[in-house]
Amino acid sequence: MSVREVQHAPDEPDPIRNIGGGTRFVPGSNSRQITVVNGKVQLGQRLKDLWRNRDLLVLLTRSELKIKYKNSVLGYLWSMLNPALVLTIYFMVFKIISKNNQPDFAIWLFAGLLVWNLYNNAAMSSTTVVVGKAGIIKKVAFPRELLALSTVGVAIVLFSIQVVVLILALAIFGITPDFHLIYLIPLALVALIVFTSAMSIFLSAVNVYLRDTQHLTEVLLMAWFWATPIVYTYGMISRELATHPSVSWLKYVYLANPITPIVMSFQRVIYGRTEYTYRPPKTPPHVYVAPTVVLPNWGGGFYALLLGVVLVVSIGLFLLALIVFGRLEGNFAEEL
Amino acid sequence: MSVAIDIRNISKQFRLYNEKHTSLKERVIHGGKMPFVPFWALDDVSVEINEGETFGILGRNGCGKSTLLKCIAGILKPTSGEIRVRGSLAAMLELGAGFQPELSGRDNIFLNGSLLGLSRAEIQRRFDDIVAFAELEEFIDNQVKFYSSGMYVRLGFAVAVNVEPDVLLVDEVLAVGDAAFQRKCLDHVRKFQNEGRTIVVVSHGTDAIRQNCGRVMVMNHGKVITVDEPGEGIRVYLADLLGVGTLEHSDSGGIAGNVFSIGTVQAEHAGSGTRLHLLPGEALTVTADLDSLAAVNNAMATIAIHDDKGELVFASDPDDPICQMEVPEGGGVMRFYFPEVPLLDGTYSVSVGIRSLTETAIFDWKDQVATFEVVNPGRTTGRVRLPMDVSFRLRSSGHTGEVPAIGGLSIGGLIGAPVAEDFLT
Repeated sequence: MSVREVQHAPDEPDPIRNIGGGTRFVPGSNSRQITVVNGKVQLGQRLKDLWRNRDLLVLLTRSELKIKYKNSVLGYLWSMLNPALVLTIYFMVFKIISKNNQPDFAIWLFAGLLVWNLYNNAAMSSTTVVVGKAGIIKKVAFPRELLALSTVGVAIVLFSIQVVVLILALAIFGITPDFHLIYLIPLALVALIVFTSAMSIFLSAVNVYLRDTQHLTEVLLMAWFWATPIVYTYGMISRELATHPSVSWLKYVYLANPITPIVMSFQRVIYGRTEYTYRPPKTPPHVYVAPTVVLPNWGGGFYALLLGVVLVVSIGLFLLALIVFGRLEGNFAEEL
Repeated sequence: MSVAIDIRNISKQFRLYNEKHTSLKERVIHGGKMPFVPFWALDDVSVEINEGETFGILGRNGCGKSTLLKCIAGILKPTSGEIRVRGSLAAMLELGAGFQPELSGRDNIFLNGSLLGLSRAEIQRRFDDIVAFAELEEFIDNQVKFYSSGMYVRLGFAVAVNVEPDVLLVDEVLAVGDAAFQRKCLDHVRKFQNEGRTIVVVSHGTDAIRQNCGRVMVMNHGKVITVDEPGEGIRVYLADLLGVGTLEHSDSGGIAGNVFSIGTVQAEHAGSGTRLHLLPGEALTVTADLDSLAAVNNAMATIAIHDDKGELVFASDPDDPICQMEVPEGGGVMRFYFPEVPLLDGTYSVSVGIRSLTETAIFDWKDQVATFEVVNPGRTTGRVRLPMDVSFRLRSSGHTGEVPAIGGLSIGGLIGAPVAEDFLT
């Protein structure tokens, strides 16, 4: 008879936790609690386990970051150099070579790339995270979704560094964001994180069984990037569709991309304007030049509504991804 | 006594694909379904493991014992059935699993502890203990990739045992590290036992099971063969599963710099000078020359006798106190004396071993190094000359006195009595 048995009233009912496909022994857990291992997937339990193991998520994220930049001379600077280079290239191509007239185009690009980088970083590394951690998966029982979520964690850290740079850039170029709509940013960010988490969890599990996923993801993300108004404006799309009324429904297809409302919200707040007027040199002052619309002039409420829809859909996808992950997880140890 | 692990009708099917087809192309070719051969690694396994018990699972490679352990740990999901585990659990399936070579020992303690279910605060509290146990104070901020394999494993063990689980699952991982560290690990396992924690050990080595376990489950082809006392379980394992009675001596390779080394082994009997063979029932003395680099005061001698087909005839109890001896530095001669060897015809070989009771790394084993032959002058056949007495009496109730067998000659007197030299002459 163990000593600890005395510490508990004998008539106290044993709390039972039911776990599909994984035993999770949670810190500070009651020693009398019973853990059940069977073939079922219990969504509520999975969510609870994720929350209980948040310490582990932080540690996994931290170690991912440490490993990523260990032994490299520039270290965390690399996390800046890559997006900076991407931004420079787009800027050169669109502003200098193809003579885009949009003022402060770099800031416009930055606002969109900020969102895209978070999603792209997490989705790309999530495909290999479970396969790459086969050693842990085969020998230790823990909520494996945390591995996928750690890639999101890493992406969030890199995102934060970029935000700091963006704020510096805004200050240097003297651009004022639209502070009235600033509340859109946290809402958009939450929607983005939930959506990215859902995709990461889904991709990480599927790639175990179908190794094509990682290559497919690369290609699809590339297409996805160009289907999102980042290097061009939503205004261009709506103008183009306005000239072809027969296919105006394509607008809804375009907006169905969950990343689009998020990117547009960031642009709306950070870029701070919905249109600009470009006066070509030597235009006489009395000539009227129509403004170029870059973003629809919706009120903050409509942006918030769109984000709300994205958030609700993302939460649904997240739960779905957890179920898919739970189904597939049971055989991870043998498939890897 | 309550049940710590309740395993109910667990089955686990693995799918054996002819080749690993994990690409989309292959899936399309096979119409989404992949041809596979079902393989039942576990087939309706049910057992209850009690709280505070040290439970051994014995079986040869591929019998499903590790799969069962992984199912208990929650690493694998059973195809059907259910396992209920009471209390917290830690699995030592591989020491240092989940270590990140690029990270420092310190970071890895936090990461690994967290993977095993500890919170940051708990790890913080146990951090010094873990480092001290692993004896890695100087290297704790070095990257783990620069650790020696011994340091790596020590750190892994230190983290795992400091989780202080209610149920500990061990998969043959204790055979690691140097002798001193092994000692420490075994001490820790003993401490766990004394504290009333449940331990499940998986092994195909009988020695560890016999020494540590209260009960043992023998498995073969995913099925439970028996759940019994270690002695009986090991007998079933050796007899039924291995088909041969050879003693488990997987460690016979020895360790470089081992303390013990056994030299010449000789089997002698009363008539050694005049004839080569032994008579049934005669005394046998086996001597073994032993060199020892250090004084070991709790050495355990073991001896085993095999017949010419390699079947085990006799092996001494590994924990028999009469086998314990104090070996001074330099060594000496071990002597095993059998006052009576009741074996019948055959050539028998003698294996001799010695180990330290406490430090599992100190041992030596000489396999079938000396032989002796038994020649049976009588007409009894078989392998063993059993002492026997025969008498006869009437069934009727009136007569209680025994009627001696013909001529008062007891057959036992013929074959059961100590054999006299004059049988030969």
